[in-house]
Amino acid sequence: MNEADRETRAVTLESGSRRGRALRGVPLPLLVPALVGLAFLLLPLLALLIRAPWRSLPEQLTSPEVWQALQLSLISATCATALSLVLGVPLAWLLARTRFPGRGLVRALVTLPLVLPPVVGGVALLLALGRNGVVGQWLDSWFGITLPFTTAGVVVAEAFVAMPFLVISVEGTLRAADPRYEEAATTLGASRFTAFRRVTLPLIAPGVAAGAVLAWARALGEFGATITFAGNFPGRTQTMPLAVYLALQNDPAAAIALSLVLLAVSIAVLAGLRDRWMTASS
Amino acid sequence: MTDTDETPAGVRADDTRGDGLDARLVVDRGSFRLDVALTAAPGDVVALLGPNGAGKTTALRALAGLVPLTGGRLRLDGTPLERTPPEARPVGVVFQDYLLFPHLSALDNVAFGPRCQGVGKAEARAQAAAWLERMGLADHAGTKPRRLSGGQAQRVALARALATRPRLLLLDEPLAALDARTRLEVRAQLRRHLAEFEAVAVLVTHDPLDAMVLADRLVVVEHGRVVQEGAPSDIARHPRTDYIAQLVGLNLYRGRAEGHTVRLESGPAVATTEDLSGPAFVAFPPGAVTLHRHRPTGSSARNLWRCEVAGLETHGDQIRADLTGELALAADLTTVAAAELGLHPGVEVWAAVKAAQTHAYPA
Amino acid sequence: MTRSTRRTRTLRAAGVGAAALLALSACSSSGSSGSADDSSSSGSGASGASSAKPSGTVTVFAAASLKESFTALGKEFEQRYPGTKVTFDFGGSDTLAASIDGGAPADVFAAASAKTMKTVTDKGDTAGAPVTFVRNQLEIATLPGNPHKVSSLEDLTASGLKVVLCAKTVPCGAAAQKALSASGLKLTPVSYEQDVKGALTKVELKEADAAVVYKTDVKAAGDKVAGVEFPESAKAVNDYPIARLRNAPNATAAKAFIELVRSAAGQKVLTGDGFLEP
Repeated sequence: MNEADRETRAVTLESGSRRGRALRGVPLPLLVPALVGLAFLLLPLLALLIRAPWRSLPEQLTSPEVWQALQLSLISATCATALSLVLGVPLAWLLARTRFPGRGLVRALVTLPLVLPPVVGGVALLLALGRNGVVGQWLDSWFGITLPFTTAGVVVAEAFVAMPFLVISVEGTLRAADPRYEEAATTLGASRFTAFRRVTLPLIAPGVAAGAVLAWARALGEFGATITFAGNFPGRTQTMPLAVYLALQNDPAAAIALSLVLLAVSIAVLAGLRDRWMTASS
Repeated sequence: MTDTDETPAGVRADDTRGDGLDARLVVDRGSFRLDVALTAAPGDVVALLGPNGAGKTTALRALAGLVPLTGGRLRLDGTPLERTPPEARPVGVVFQDYLLFPHLSALDNVAFGPRCQGVGKAEARAQAAAWLERMGLADHAGTKPRRLSGGQAQRVALARALATRPRLLLLDEPLAALDARTRLEVRAQLRRHLAEFEAVAVLVTHDPLDAMVLADRLVVVEHGRVVQEGAPSDIARHPRTDYIAQLVGLNLYRGRAEGHTVRLESGPAVATTEDLSGPAFVAFPPGAVTLHRHRPTGSSARNLWRCEVAGLETHGDQIRADLTGELALAADLTTVAAAELGLHPGVEVWAAVKAAQTHAYPA
Repeated sequence: MTRSTRRTRTLRAAGVGAAALLALSACSSSGSSGSADDSSSSGSGASGASSAKPSGTVTVFAAASLKESFTALGKEFEQRYPGTKVTFDFGGSDTLAASIDGGAPADVFAAASAKTMKTVTDKGDTAGAPVTFVRNQLEIATLPGNPHKVSSLEDLTASGLKVVLCAKTVPCGAAAQKALSASGLKLTPVSYEQDVKGALTKVELKEADAAVVYKTDVKAAGDKVAGVEFPESAKAVNDYPIARLRNAPNATAAKAFIELVRSAAGQKVLTGDGFLEP
C-alpha cells in the first residue's frame, strides 16, 4: 500500500459516521478492560435488581422501621456533610494556599480516614470522643455531652469518614484556581478572609459542590465507624446501612429491599445534584 | 512635571495634596535582586520599561504589597507603607489580564472596592455606575466579564481600580492582552483617563510605544536595576543601553570623545558634529547608513567602514541589513536598493554615514 | 497489514484480561485452596471412617464465642494426629451459615444456636443430625469493681444506666430478650450491637455501663469487665450444636475433630472457658 492510498483510506475513515469514528478511535487494549470493568461494577447492582423480592417489596418498605432508618440516614448524612463543609473547606484552603512546616505530613494525615478501616476509625473516635476518651471525658464533665449512642455521634462518625473526600476535592479545585484573583481582591481593600468569602468561594463553588456530593454519598453508606462509635438503636443511631446489615442476619429479602431503597435514594439525589450544580459551572 | 493646575473639573483640589511617591524597592529572590528607586509627584505617569525578566512586575507587586520588600523604603504622600498589608494601601492595580471576578457583573466588580472600604451597598453600586458611565460602559453594567470585549474589560478593570480612589495607580502591561486594532483605540482612551488622574500612576510595559504615548517619564529597568530614566523624547534621542537603542531603533556605541571624533571601545572612530571630550555615546539611525559594493570615492561621508552582511530581514517596506566587520551596525535600505546591490549574507559592503547624521552625548 | 495489526491488538487485549484473572487467582490462593490434594488422601468412605487415620487439612467454621476454646482444641488435634492441620473461620453463626449455603468448602460447622444450625440442616447441608456439645449461659458484664452495684437483671432497667444488648437477630440478643420477657422486665438499651464482641467492647471501653453477654465472653475479657450472674439466665441457655457437613472435603478428619470436641478432654477445655456441659 503506498502513501497516497493510505491517505485516501484515512480520509474515508474520517468521513465515516461520528459514532463509528469515535469507537474506532478507542484502542482495544483500553476498550476491553474498560468494558470488563464497567460490567464488574454494574453486575452486582443488576443482580440486586434481578433477585429483589418485588412481590413482597411494598410491605417490606411500608414498615415504619424502614422509614425511620431512611429518615435518620438522610438527616445524619446531610448534617455530616454540613459539618464537613464548615471544617473541611477552611482546611482545604489552608493546605492549598499557605505554607507551613510539615504541610505534606498534615495532608497525608488528613487523608488517613480514607485508608483506615472504618471500624478502626470508630474505635479511634471512641478513644478520643467517648465517655472516657481523651477529649470526651472533658466534654462529659464540663458540658455533660456524651456522643456515643446519640444521633450526634452518628453525624460525628460519618463526618470523620466523609470529610477527607471533601477536603481532597476542594483542595484540588483550589490549586487549580488562579490565586491572583485573591490578590486582586486584596488590592481592592478586601481582607484575606473577605477575599476568600467573596471571590475564592464563588470561584470554587463547583468543586465544593462536587466534594460535598462525594462526602454526602460516603456518609450515607457509612457502616463501620457508625456502628462502632454510635451503636445501633432504631430511630436514634440505626441508619440504613446498619439496618441492612442486621436484616441480612436473618432476613436477606428484607436486606435487599432496604438496599434498593438506599440505592434509589442516592441515585435520585446524585442525578438531581448533577443536573443542578455540576453542569451549571462548566 | 505636572501639578495641581491640570486637575480636571469635578475633582476636589485637596485630593491632589501630598508628596506623591518616594520609593526604593529592594527585593531579594535567590539569584535575582531588584533594587529600583522610584519617585513621582502627584499627577505624574511613570512607565517602567524593560525586557522580560527585568523585574518590572516584581517592582509593581512590591508597590502593591503583594511581594514583601527585603529592604529600601516606600512612602506615599509622606506615609510609610513598607509594613502596610495590600488591603490597607491606597493603591489600585490594573492587572495584565485584568482579573475581573468572573462571577460578578461589571457593576459589582467596580463596586467591590468601595464595598470593602465600608461603603453601603446602594452607595457603592451608585459609585460604580458613575465610574462605568465615565468609561462609556453604562450599557454593560449588568454584563459578566466573559461577555465583555478586551477593550471593555480593560476599562472595567481601570474603573474598578479607580473606584477605590487610590493615591497610587498601578497598571501591569495594560494593553498587552489586546489585539493590534483595539490596542490603538484603548491606548488613546487610557491616555485620556491617565491624564485626568490626579495621583501617581505607574505602568509597567515592554512596549516602547505604549510607554512613550502614556507616560510623562520613563524608567528603564534591566536586570533589576534602573539603567536610564527621563522624558520619553530624551530617552529616544539619547539611549544609554543596547536594549533601549534597539527599542528606539538606533545604532548605539560607547567610546571616548576627542573633539569631533568619538573613538569606540571596539577600535574604529566615528566622526560627529558635536564637540565633546571624555566618555561618550554616539548613535545614528539605521536609515542614515548608505551601503556600497565598492569603496566609494566621491562620497562626502566622513564615516566609512568595511563590513560584511550577516543577515537580512524585511522591516516594514524596507530591508534591514545586519552588518559585522569593522563596526557592527544595522542599516535600512529599500528593497530595490538591496536588489541592485545584490545583497546576501557573506557579501562584503562599505557602510557610510554622514557626520551630521550621528549624534554624540556624554556617557 | 491492517488485519494483522488488528489481531495483535486483540491478543494484547486478551493478555490484559488474562493478567487480570491471574492477579485475581493469585490473590485468592492464600484463602481457601490447599484442600485440593488433601481430599484425595482423606478417603471417600463415610462408613467405618472412624477407624481410618485422619490426615490433611480440616476446615472448621465456628461461632465467634468459640474462638479461644477451639483454637486450643485445634492445637491438641494437630498434636494427637500428626500430619493434620486445622484451619478455623470464626464469625457470626448466621454469616457462617450463609457462606456454607453459598458452597464454602468447610468440613465442620459449630453454631452458637440451634436455630442457626437448623437453617443449614433444612437445606440438607449437614451429614447426620447435629449434636449439642456445650451450652452457654448469659451473664451481665459491667465495669470493673461494679461501681453501679449491679446485682440483678432488674438493676439494669434503672434509669441513667447505659446498657447495650446484642441485636435481636443474633443469638445472644435473642437469648437476652427471652430472659427479659421470662422475668417480665422491659429494658431499653442505648444500642443493639451487631454481635456479642461489639457489646462487650462497649463495656471494656467504659462507653456503656453494662452489657448482657455470654459467661464465656466475660471470662475471656479477664479483669477488663466484672461479671454478674443472674438467675433468669437459666431460662435462656443457648445450645451449641456441631455437625459434619455433607460436602466436607475431609470427612475423616471432620469426624475425628467432632469426637475430640465431645470427649472428656475437649469438654474440660470448653468448661474451663466458661461453657456449660450439655
